[in-house]
Amino acid sequence: MKIRSEQFKGNVRKQLADEALQSNLSRFGGGFADRRRDALVKVDDFEALRDRGASIRAEVLENLDYWLLKFEAEAQRRGTQVHWAETGAEANQILLNIARNAGVQRVVKSKSMVSEESGLNEVLTEAGMTVTETDLGEYILQLANEPPSHIIAPAIHKSRDEVSALFEKHHGTPRTDDIPSLCEEARGQLRPHFLAADMGVSGGNFLIAETGSVTIVTNEGNGRMVTTLPRVHVAMTGIEKVLPTLEDLSAILRLLPRSATGQDITNYVSILTGVRDEGAMDGPQENHVILVDNGRSRLLGGDLHDALRCIRCGACMNHCPVYQNIGGHAYGWVYPGPIGAILTPAFLGLEKALDLPQASTLCAACEVVCPVRIPLPDLMRVLREKELTQGLRPWHERLSIRLWRWLALHPGWYAFAARWGTRLLRGMAGSDRLLHTLPGLDGWTQGRDMPAPQGETFRDQWRKKQAAERKIIPIRLDSSPSEKKAGLKK
Amino acid sequence: MSARDRILERVRAGLKRPTPVSVARPERSLAPMARPVSHLLNDFIARAESLQSTVAQVADLNAVPAAVAEYLQAQGLPRKSVIWPSLKALDWFSSGLTAEARPPVSEDRLGITETFCGIAETGTLLLHSGVDHFSTTSLLPETHIAILRVDRLVERMEQAFALMQSELDQLPRATNFISGPSRTADIEQTIVIGAHGPRRVHIILVG
Ligand code: SF4
Repeated sequence: MKIRSEQFKGNVRKQLADEALQSNLSRFGGGFADRRRDALVKVDDFEALRDRGASIRAEVLENLDYWLLKFEAEAQRRGTQVHWAETGAEANQILLNIARNAGVQRVVKSKSMVSEESGLNEVLTEAGMTVTETDLGEYILQLANEPPSHIIAPAIHKSRDEVSALFEKHHGTPRTDDIPSLCEEARGQLRPHFLAADMGVSGGNFLIAETGSVTIVTNEGNGRMVTTLPRVHVAMTGIEKVLPTLEDLSAILRLLPRSATGQDITNYVSILTGVRDEGAMDGPQENHVILVDNGRSRLLGGDLHDALRCIRCGACMNHCPVYQNIGGHAYGWVYPGPIGAILTPAFLGLEKALDLPQASTLCAACEVVCPVRIPLPDLMRVLREKELTQGLRPWHERLSIRLWRWLALHPGWYAFAARWGTRLLRGMAGSDRLLHTLPGLDGWTQGRDMPAPQGETFRDQWRKKQAAERKIIPIRLDSSPSEKKAGLKK
Repeated sequence: MSARDRILERVRAGLKRPTPVSVARPERSLAPMARPVSHLLNDFIARAESLQSTVAQVADLNAVPAAVAEYLQAQGLPRKSVIWPSLKALDWFSSGLTAEARPPVSEDRLGITETFCGIAETGTLLLHSGVDHFSTTSLLPETHIAILRVDRLVERMEQAFALMQSELDQLPRATNFISGPSRTADIEQTIVIGAHGPRRVHIILVG
């Protein structure tokens, strides 16, 4: 996928000014977050489940190499071919070779975020194959030629009118504002693609090490079609997606759909192991898994290690006030919202996504909902700190932080600056006691006023309070340390 | 060095140790259920229905064709079906049904399957692939009728896996957990039943 994370501020301005988008986003509030809440009401002890989820994912990462090798051995035993790719480009090349060797013409895809990382569709199209996205959201975006704006609801930024206009243009069907009719139309359009495809490409929500299986979680059934009907199936997924056992999968599946869409379970959970049985009438004859690194292994053991626990539920973005206002495209790469603010700089390099870790109020709503307890705000702070120490912030920001540091280390000067600073601000405010502009901070004051400080500084108040208390309970300040001790004993 | 070696090398470097020779299978206590089951059958039915499956119950397998006919009548659906070969022995004809034991084509409108087991925690069906268990029967037709023996109900997913392990030689190519008719919420987060898979899932409990 094209990287536009460097232009975050420009993206945001564009997204905020886009009235249609803003109206689509305003619908967002009541959706997934409310459904999650309603689902959790029925759950006995969700916190215990989150503990379990976090510890399963943390333990996997501790032995990631072992579990990957175990997965590889078991998958191969069942006839699945396992490939390893260091980068997205390498993954595309591997997939292209598989397709060429098998004489593939038509490819159907179910949702795979890793294939968005690698920009797979373009590569296959350039090689002369037809690629059809079959997840309804992804299909809409393929028609619109847009990237996804959410990891589980890729076309969440589109209204029914926009979808209907796209369908009119591409299918030649009359316009409708009836959502079920639109879904029906997509079903009719996509069915022939499933039946005609030579190759199905899917993601993999989880890899099961002890059985060598790929697990796919879907609602529409397209994931089942893509992995059942074509003669070749390739799953493309990140190396961190392993779970040791089917029991671990059972536990994680209690967390994922509830956190994502508020469902107790998704419609389909498919555990795919190996190739078509001898004599069987369905299933792929060739089955491949491409394990993609693309920046993940670098995070292990480092201060962003915990981000690899992510199970891609989307809860952090569903609950993020920043995401809800700017939409997923502003983040400029595959993963938006709080987890994107961490993964984008982590995978692509901090210099490619300088504004992303700053795009948060650190309100911690994401951390509260994350099913595997990733400390998202802490990780954003880590990245902010890195930006500063690596000199990646603008000079005036670095200078002000220096200044702040110096003041904080010199209490006398700090008190002085605070006392005169508040007076200055008070003087600058109008009769309404509000500051409408602040020199150098107009970005902040554009959208809000700052109330001028009232009364005395905290330090002045504190000193007075102490002095007042001293009058009530006199402490002899002239006593020597030993006398003081004695006095306390009394 | 291959990509595989380089990736594994970075993993080892990050974790600051060589790859362990063996790691014990995690012996975790059973994970808590999200929604405990107090009554296998009742909870299964209630939760399956909450996922828009419909449920009927009959006393024994021979009563299944009549129950199917009744359902099709009520839904106004044609009395023609593709079935799993294991269901061939049932007397479909007397209930006015044609039942063909073959994998479905896209035009087939009704698929009838057996069910490996049912999971009460979520009202879920477990079906697996096999030579006689076409995965497409529960996928391509717009209506899926699943026959499930009441004594094949378990509380939770872990038990379903244990059952597979004790009864099957190995994990089948496809293990599908099915929880109601297919659906999408990709347009304006509005839930619409009947995406690419079946629009109706009807469960006939036997026993
Ligand atoms: S970081 Fe947590 S909340 Fe966000 S997508 Fe990943 S698992 Fe879900």
